[in-house]
Amino acid sequence: MKTELTLQTEESKTTGVPEGDETNAGGSSGPSEETRQARRIGGPDPAEPVLVVRDLSAAYRKNPVLADVNFAVGRGTLTCIVGPNGAGKSTLLKVMLDLHPRLTGTGSFFGTTYQKVKSRVGYMPQRGTVDWDFPADALDVVMMGLYGQIGWLRWPRRKHRELALAAMEKMGIEHLAKRQISQLSGGQQQRVFLARALVQDADLYFLDEPLAGVDAATEWAIMETLRALKNRGKTVLVVHHDLHTVRDYFDHVLLFNRTVIAHGPTEETFTRDHLARTYGGTLRWLEAVVP
Amino acid sequence: MIFALSPNAQWVLLSTLILGAASGIVGCLAYWKRHSLLSDALSHAALPGVVVGFVLAGAKNVPLMIAGAAASALLGAWLVVGIRDHSRVKEDTAMGIVLSVFFGLGIMLLTIVNRLPGGNQAGLDSFIFGQAASMVRKDVYTMAGLALTVLIVTIVSFKEWKLWLFDPLFARGLGLPGRLMDAAYLAVVVLVIVIGIQAVGVILMAALFIIPAVSARYWTHSFGAMIALSALFGGAAGASGTLVSTMGEGWPTGPFIVIAAAVLFLASLAFGWRKGVLVGALQRYIRKRRMRRRTFHGAS
Repeated sequence: MKTELTLQTEESKTTGVPEGDETNAGGSSGPSEETRQARRIGGPDPAEPVLVVRDLSAAYRKNPVLADVNFAVGRGTLTCIVGPNGAGKSTLLKVMLDLHPRLTGTGSFFGTTYQKVKSRVGYMPQRGTVDWDFPADALDVVMMGLYGQIGWLRWPRRKHRELALAAMEKMGIEHLAKRQISQLSGGQQQRVFLARALVQDADLYFLDEPLAGVDAATEWAIMETLRALKNRGKTVLVVHHDLHTVRDYFDHVLLFNRTVIAHGPTEETFTRDHLARTYGGTLRWLEAVVP
Repeated sequence: MIFALSPNAQWVLLSTLILGAASGIVGCLAYWKRHSLLSDALSHAALPGVVVGFVLAGAKNVPLMIAGAAASALLGAWLVVGIRDHSRVKEDTAMGIVLSVFFGLGIMLLTIVNRLPGGNQAGLDSFIFGQAASMVRKDVYTMAGLALTVLIVTIVSFKEWKLWLFDPLFARGLGLPGRLMDAAYLAVVVLVIVIGIQAVGVILMAALFIIPAVSARYWTHSFGAMIALSALFGGAAGASGTLVSTMGEGWPTGPFIVIAAAVLFLASLAFGWRKGVLVGALQRYIRKRRMRRRTFHGAS
């Protein structure tokens, strides 16, 4: 009961969520419907699931990319999604966020549908999905994270500018605010994207390869930020590629190849056996990753 | 010089100026949507609709012909999307197909209608290369109304356009209605095309979309400034092209407008503040000299 109360206070601070939805998320007596469902579908059983995905499947044209995806993510976890190229990791994020059509299945966010709690969910697409030659400076791009809060057809005000600058300061890029985005390095662009996600002040984040192609300093800064988010009770899902850092960076891991191969706390889940089933092929290179 | 023109010529000048500005603005949206070719396909696709509108009206009836142009341009857009989504044909190929087939159909219909009694007096030919001189005061009102609509749509939802053009995935994640933006975008593009083809013609209309926007790109790193500059360039090209074309009897307006726009483009390419060739060379030269001086001092 106590945990559910803290969950409720966490939720009531958010903006733009209709009153009725908040009561669903925590539930008022016994284990909530979400928890029971999570138990039924197997896998980990988080005490406070903020995201429950059931029977999700999707396809590109006629080629299936996701099948029977089932998992539940608990509040305040830092989860990485790992799997080989073409495993459908980015597509999984897109399907959950209704950016790619699904064939079957449901996603439950904070006990309700994604459409009702959109403002509580932050998304960071891959850096390569946009044209960095677009005429804008770094501050412009970070401000975009606030557009939902500013409201459609309204102009941003000084308050929003300051929020954006504060987020840039957290990422150590406030001195780049007026820099053209085309003149930023890859790592700086990645920090801009993360700052844009931060200003959304979401409770659940989906980050698509935030650590791809960045230098050590940027990687460190980004991981500090993600840990800080986690410590504030936010939930973070990260598509990740570097298997060597999984144990150090993430408390949960979701091994993925078109479906969930294994999911749970990193210590128990990130095993050679599970990795072999995710990536296939020989085990020899795995010895370097999991001693 | 402007005051020496006849009142009708002044109206014509004003209308091409407004048209150029509006297409400069919408051209910027198309430029960042990577849709420069789409405007070409849609303007060609408008031709059959113009002829059909003329036949239905039985006489030259501008609103009906504009409606016809809009209908056939939208049909063209729908076909491009349909071909792209339901076959292995890529978008640019689909545009090429739609562009040539609709233009061919338009010319065919035009030839037939021109043989009908009274058909060749209608001035339908002017829709191919544009004949701004054939416009009257009422057309200017239509254009002013159009330009105002485009201006309001872009200013009121400026930040939405910016987001939608830069990062459509993130935009939809924030809850920006993607379908509505797509529809609004297509609406302003088709609006500018159908009103512009009378002055500039279906063949060259795309130039007024593309050239002001790329020219503006050489001067600025800000999306807002790029839109404003593109409107300015488009307006200047429209007005100066019209001015030159009034000097001769029966000179088509479209080609002159396009040449005026091209001159602006060349000037931007050379002198553009941000990406211009000359400015870039000058900056490189200064940097090299500074570097040389520094190494020289370092050595001594």
